[in-house]
Amino acid sequence: MAALNIKKGSNSHSAYNLRPNFSDVIEKHTLAVVVDNEAGVLARVIGLFSGRGYNIDSLTVAEIDHAGHRSRITICTTGTPQVIEQIKAQLGRIVPVHEVHDLTVEGPSVERELALLKVAGEGEKRVEALRLADIFRASVVDSTLKSFVFEITGTPDKIDAFADLMRPLGLVEVARTGVAALSRGA
Amino acid sequence: MVVQALKDQGVDTVFGYPGGAVLPIYDEIFLQNDIKHVLVRHEQGAVHMAEGYARSTGKPGVALVTSGPGATNAVTGLTDALMDSIPIVVLTGQVPTFMIGSDAFQEADTVGITRPCTKHNWLVKDTDALAPTLHEAFHVATSGRPGPVLIDIPKDVQFATGTYQAPVKGGTKRYQPQVKGDLDAITELVAALETAKRPVFYTGGGVINSGKAASQLLRELVDATGIPITSTLMGLGSYPASGANWLGMLGMHGLYEANLAMHGCDLLINIGARFDDRITGRLDAFSPHSKKAHIDIDPSSINKVVRVDIPIVGDVGHVLEDLLKVWKSRGRKVNREAIAKWWTQINEWKKVNCLAYTASEKTIKPQYALQRLEELTKGMDRYIATEVGQHQMWAAQYLGFEDPNRWMTSGGLGTMGYGLPASIGVQVAHPEALVINVAGEASWLMNMQEMGTAVQYRAPVKQFILNNERLGMVRQWQQLLHGERYSQSWSESLPDFVKLAEAFGCKGAKVDDPKDLDDAIMEMIKYEGPYILDVLVEKHENCFPMIPSGKAHNEMLLGDADTQGAIGAKGAVLV
Ligand SMILES: Cc1ncc(C[n+]2csc(CCOP(=O)(O)OP(=O)(O)O)c2C)c(N)n1
Ligand SMILES: [Mg+2]
Repeated sequence: MAALNIKKGSNSHSAYNLRPNFSDVIEKHTLAVVVDNEAGVLARVIGLFSGRGYNIDSLTVAEIDHAGHRSRITICTTGTPQVIEQIKAQLGRIVPVHEVHDLTVEGPSVERELALLKVAGEGEKRVEALRLADIFRASVVDSTLKSFVFEITGTPDKIDAFADLMRPLGLVEVARTGVAALSRGA
Repeated sequence: MVVQALKDQGVDTVFGYPGGAVLPIYDEIFLQNDIKHVLVRHEQGAVHMAEGYARSTGKPGVALVTSGPGATNAVTGLTDALMDSIPIVVLTGQVPTFMIGSDAFQEADTVGITRPCTKHNWLVKDTDALAPTLHEAFHVATSGRPGPVLIDIPKDVQFATGTYQAPVKGGTKRYQPQVKGDLDAITELVAALETAKRPVFYTGGGVINSGKAASQLLRELVDATGIPITSTLMGLGSYPASGANWLGMLGMHGLYEANLAMHGCDLLINIGARFDDRITGRLDAFSPHSKKAHIDIDPSSINKVVRVDIPIVGDVGHVLEDLLKVWKSRGRKVNREAIAKWWTQINEWKKVNCLAYTASEKTIKPQYALQRLEELTKGMDRYIATEVGQHQMWAAQYLGFEDPNRWMTSGGLGTMGYGLPASIGVQVAHPEALVINVAGEASWLMNMQEMGTAVQYRAPVKQFILNNERLGMVRQWQQLLHGERYSQSWSESLPDFVKLAEAFGCKGAKVDDPKDLDDAIMEMIKYEGPYILDVLVEKHENCFPMIPSGKAHNEMLLGDADTQGAIGAKGAVLV
C-alpha cells in the first residue's frame, strides 16, 4: 500500500488539485444560441458562464422573431476544446434554450460588429483621423470643431485595428456592440 | 387553482410551512381533503422531506413555502436535489406583483437566488399562466435528468381568478430530452463487451432515476454476462448487494476490490454515473488501461471530466433495453474464459477483506453497530436515510441494499441535516415500512427540530445515532491530512438525546455496551413511534478504505497502519 506522504504539521494541501490533462490549446469560438425571449433567460446564460468559470469575450442579444418570442444570443468565448464542448452542452441543458450552434466549427460564417468611436483633436491629427476613417470605410456620424464620432462595422479585428490607430490621434471613448454572426450559404 | 393543478399531477402530499405570501394557497389546502399537508418545522426540512419522498417513490416531491425567509431557507434543499438529480417541485409565495422590486416586507429575489440551484424556475405574473406553468414544472422536474424546479407565485396572482387548464399529455413541447440511445454506439459497446477481458460495470444514481425497470434490465445484463459490477454511493440498490457479481461501492471510501477493478479493467461501462471526483480520485491515474463507455441522459455529463470512447446519450432504461436486444441478437457472446480469470484476480483482492476492523468487547465500534443493524433488519421492508460523515460511509459499506429507492443519502452536496427530514419524507410515503436514519450526532442536530414533525404526524422514524462526540469525518481528515490539529471538530455540549426524545414526546434510549446493542436495536424497531437510539461509539475510529483526494485508486489506505508510517514522512501531499 502506498504510504500517505504527509509531513506532520504541513500546511500545503489544496483540496481540489484534480485537473485532468486534456488538450490545453485555447480556442476562440463564436456560438449562436436561440432562446425563448422570456424574463431571466439572459441571466441564465450569463450565470452559467460565471458560475462555471467560462469566459465571455463578447455577447449580444436581441429578439429575432417577435411572433415566435425568440431571441438570438451571440457569444464569443475562449477555452480548450473540452471547455468549449462543455459550454455547448451546458447551454443545451437550459430549458428555454432551443438551439446552440458553434459557428466556428459548423462551416464558414460571417461575423460583424459595429462600433462608435469618439476622437477629439485639432489640426493635423484631426485630418489624419479623417483620412484613416476613410480608408477603413468608417463614416462620420457626429462632428464638432474639436471632435468626430465615427461609425465602423466589420470584424472585431478590423475594429481593434481602427481603434489602435485612433488612439494616438485622440481617441476618447469607444462603444462596441459585440459580435453578430451567421453561417454562410443557405 | 394551485391545489387543482397539484391534484391533476397526482400529488398526494405537500411538505410546507405557511406565511403571509402563501396564505391564499393555504386557504385552498384548508378547504380540501385530497392532498395531505405535512407541517414542517423549518423550510429546509420541507425540501429534504420532499427529496426523501421522491427518492423512495420515484414520484416528484412537493414543498410549499412562503416568500423571503421561507424561500431562502429552501435553498440548501434545492441545491442538494440539483446535485443528486432528485425531482422536486417547490412552490414559493412572493410579494404581490405591484410590490416586486420595492424591498417589500419579506421580499427576496427568489428566482434570482434559486436560478443556479434549480433545473429551472419561474416567476408567474399572470394567473392564466399559473396552471400551464405548474404542469410544465412537473414535466421539467421529472423528464430528462431529473432535478428541482421552483415556481414563485406573487400573492395577487394567488388571489386572482383565472381560467384553469388541465395538463396536456407528454408535457410541453419545448423541453423533450432525448431518451433513446444511438444504436450504432450501442452496437459498438456490445462489440467491446463481447471481447473484453477485464470488463466492469460502474453504475450510478441514473439507474435509479430511470425507474425500477432500469434496475431490472441492469440485473439481467449483469447476470447474463457475468461481468462484475460496482456502484457509486448514489446507485446503491440498483443491483442487489447479495447478487453474485456485486463488488460493493467504489470511490473514496469504496471497497478495495471495487476500486482495484476500476483501476485494472480494460472495459469500463459507466451507466448513469458522472465520474465525480469522489469516485475518480486523481484523474490522470484513473482507470488508465480501459476503453470507456458512458451512458447518460445528460449530454453535458459526457466528456465533462473523463474522456470516453463510447458515449451514449439516452435514458438508462431505454439504452439497456436496446443493449440487451443487440447483445442477444448477436449471440450473447462474452469472453467467458478471460472473465473467469478476471474474477480470480478480483477474488484475490476480496481476500484482503478491506472492511475488517479491530473488534472490541468494551466499546461499540460503529462498524459493528451497522453490522448488527444490518443483521437484525435485513429481511424487513426497510428504507435507510443517512446524514453526512463517517457514519454515512460506514452505512454505505456495511448495509446491503437489495432494491432501488431504498437508500436516501446526500451524495453530491453532502448536506449534514439531510437524513432526519428525508427519513420523515420516506415514512410519510411508506407509512408501514421500517425507516431508519443512520445519523451522526453533529449532523442530526442540524435539523433536529423536525423530530416535532415526526411526532405530530406519527411518523415512526428510527433515528440511529452513531454518537462519537466528534465531527468524525472532519476529525479523520485532520488526523490524516492536517497534522493532527483537531481544530473545532469536537461535538461539545451535546444534549441528552434520551431526554430530548422525551421532550419531543417520543421515546429514546442510550446504549454504550456492545452486549446490549442487539436488544437496543430490537427495542427501537419494535417501538410503535418515532425513536432516537443514541449509540455511543468509539470516538476515534477512522473510516477505511480511503483514497485521499488527489490519489489514484491503487493508492488506497486500508487502515490506521497505512497512515501511521506515512505521517511524519517527508514531503507534503496534494489532497
Ligand atoms: C451543512 C454541512 N456543514 C459542514 C459539513 C462538513 N462536514 C462533513 S462531515 C462533518 C462531520 C459530521 O459529523 P457527524 O454528523 O457527527 O458524523 P460523523 O462523521 O461523526 O459520523 C462535517 C462538519 C457538511 N458536510 N455539511
Ligand atoms: Mg459524529
